[in-house]
Amino acid sequence: MSSLGPALGQIAVLVIALAVAVPVLGRYLSHVYTSPRHLAVERASYRALRLDPDADQHWKTYALSVLGFSLVSILGLYAFGRLQGHLPLSLGFAGLPADGAWNTAVSFVTNTNWQWYSGESTVGHLVQMSGLTVQNFVSAGVGMAVAAALARGLARNLQDGRVGNFWADLVRTVVRVLLPLALVAAVVLVVLGVVQNLLEPQAVHTLTGGTQAVTGGPVASQEAIKELGTNGGGFYNANSAHPFENPTPLTNLVEIFLMLLIPFAMAWAFGRIVGDRRQGGAVLAVMALLLGVSIALLTWAEMAGPGTAPGVAGGAMEGKEVRFGAAASALFGAATTGTSTGAVNSMHDSFTAPGGGVAMFNMMLGEVAPGGVGSGLYGMLILAVVTVFLAGLMVGRTPEYLGKKIGQREIVLVALYVLTTPVLVLVGTATAITASQGLAGLQESGPHGLSEALYAVTSASNNNGSAFGGLSSGTPFWDTLLGLCMLLGRFVPMVLVLALAGRFSAQRRLPPGAGTLPTHRPLFVALLSGVALVVVGLTYVPVLVLGPIVESLS
Amino acid sequence: MKDLYALLRQSLAGLRVLIAATLVLGVVYPGVVYGVAAVAAPWRSHGSLVTGTGAHTTDAGTAVGSALLGQLVDDEGLFQPRPSAAGAGYDPLDSYGSNYGPEDPDLIAAIKQRKAEIAVREGVDPADVPPDAVTASGSGLDPDISPAYAALQVPRVARAHGLAEDAVRRLVSEHTSGRTWGVLGEPRVNVLELNLAVRVLAGS
Repeated sequence: MSSLGPALGQIAVLVIALAVAVPVLGRYLSHVYTSPRHLAVERASYRALRLDPDADQHWKTYALSVLGFSLVSILGLYAFGRLQGHLPLSLGFAGLPADGAWNTAVSFVTNTNWQWYSGESTVGHLVQMSGLTVQNFVSAGVGMAVAAALARGLARNLQDGRVGNFWADLVRTVVRVLLPLALVAAVVLVVLGVVQNLLEPQAVHTLTGGTQAVTGGPVASQEAIKELGTNGGGFYNANSAHPFENPTPLTNLVEIFLMLLIPFAMAWAFGRIVGDRRQGGAVLAVMALLLGVSIALLTWAEMAGPGTAPGVAGGAMEGKEVRFGAAASALFGAATTGTSTGAVNSMHDSFTAPGGGVAMFNMMLGEVAPGGVGSGLYGMLILAVVTVFLAGLMVGRTPEYLGKKIGQREIVLVALYVLTTPVLVLVGTATAITASQGLAGLQESGPHGLSEALYAVTSASNNNGSAFGGLSSGTPFWDTLLGLCMLLGRFVPMVLVLALAGRFSAQRRLPPGAGTLPTHRPLFVALLSGVALVVVGLTYVPVLVLGPIVESLS
Repeated sequence: MKDLYALLRQSLAGLRVLIAATLVLGVVYPGVVYGVAAVAAPWRSHGSLVTGTGAHTTDAGTAVGSALLGQLVDDEGLFQPRPSAAGAGYDPLDSYGSNYGPEDPDLIAAIKQRKAEIAVREGVDPADVPPDAVTASGSGLDPDISPAYAALQVPRVARAHGLAEDAVRRLVSEHTSGRTWGVLGEPRVNVLELNLAVRVLAGS
């Protein structure tokens, strides 16, 4: 069905669109995170909310702001979900159960958007619109703020651990970036066919005398920020495979573009913030390289269609929409797992074994290719520090990155960051497959069953949110386990990143010396890509062998 | 203790920000999109509903379905959609794929069975049945079938309505959408719109 020419043409259109938009947005973002001036509307909101946007926060205060804001967000969304039955526009749905409300609150506040529930039969319009959509904005804003704090920390000289102001970063991100872009994107989507109304499900009498419920809702407004903020939580159970969320091949491309736009632009902005655009270019090149490889592999896997069921059917179309076919499904799949979005336009559980393995590997990379709107940049910068450290060990010099010495304290923070998600993934998966309540949720047995559990825990711990949907996760066991993975997988790394930003901000920025490893050359791009792959490879190869690799070989 | 107090203070600031964000992002923003949608794209924003003559409508009472949602076709004389895993089939209250893995024995058996049944129904060799005809879509609401699956069904539909095969084949090609800009997505045929056109042509 799919043929190679259009598949490549589709990728080319995407690359051109990004090549035009990323530098423009990147330049704008660097201005947003460094300008001392406030917009009038921002000044008014700071006054109304009694915030001091000019207080240059120590990293600890910054971190407490992040945690405090996220804490009330979780509590607020939990209460919202529990009380749904008593609120307007609930479509008659009862409040969420305690474990489900906890899971969903953590899921949306951590920018994961793992969904144990089916949107159209569990969550009313008000919670979707005023609870989940709001977190889609602000959780993305929190991630971008933390990335900006790290970039500023690197750019500063002897600033005593101060990294900027969280509230100003958050408000600016929403007011100047996310809201205007989401508005434009939502209007584009609605003109192309995505629904936007507040109707209850309407019964229609079908052509041959049946009845069908047409399920409306404020979809376009949620869809736009869901992709733009790399959130990924679908309005409907089928997510972006649903024709009301993603009606045409063009909306599909728009959604892929939206997912990739900010993560790449943040890398561009980073170069400008640290005063050396080539540094941003190197980070962006690594992101693009890793994403390019995964797009190629995933597209090959789904178009070739290895495996028994695709062989019998004549193509890997189970779980895919005709309007997208193998190529556009694979492109979306690579983009959604390479970023931390986790929206799906086809069912990853039904991907071919190598295709599902690539999607999983993308997430295991720690969401850096190009990753979440903010987490992608700070994740990649952590790996850059690991890279200069390893290179320093090889030549026997004190490693430095952008003029900042990587001493013992710094490398401890980095090591803890790198270890956090693998510990969560491996301990979490081990817990799931040794507990009977964990196994009870799996649809498949054997290697594919292990893949379902591994995919879920990987997705939660890396704040992705996509799923091998055969897993029935709406049980107290899975809701609790995945909730903990999402929470720790989001905030432990964030605090470590901010601590590192503080260390950098306190340091003097040294001029490059004769022994400094240049971090903008192709050599560094290759080294950093290698480090990303090796760190992940060594951590996850055993469990990948037991899951997707065994399945591919059988 | 000092940190705990600081966390509390930051949380209170966070609460104020959250309330403001809920109003602006959770009410005003979707409201603005709603307003623009109602003016710029009223038909699409209401779900792309069509009547029995294929006309656009925003009134579900007069509609036979949505151009974007596949539906069960309980008439052997019309074009059949793909298999669906959404509820009992094409149920928008339960949109989803089967999520069967590529080696799942139930999926393999189902594909073989569908292939055999369709081959008998259309009077063709099982090897000629295209993949989309025997697999469930991701949403369970796929409005489209591949041009190959539509072509396969032409003789049966023509026979059932007493139409010339060429006339039905022309309808299929009129309702086939190519790739956008020649590269995006895949060629496809909208089943509901095609079936409406068949009924109009047959005068029934």
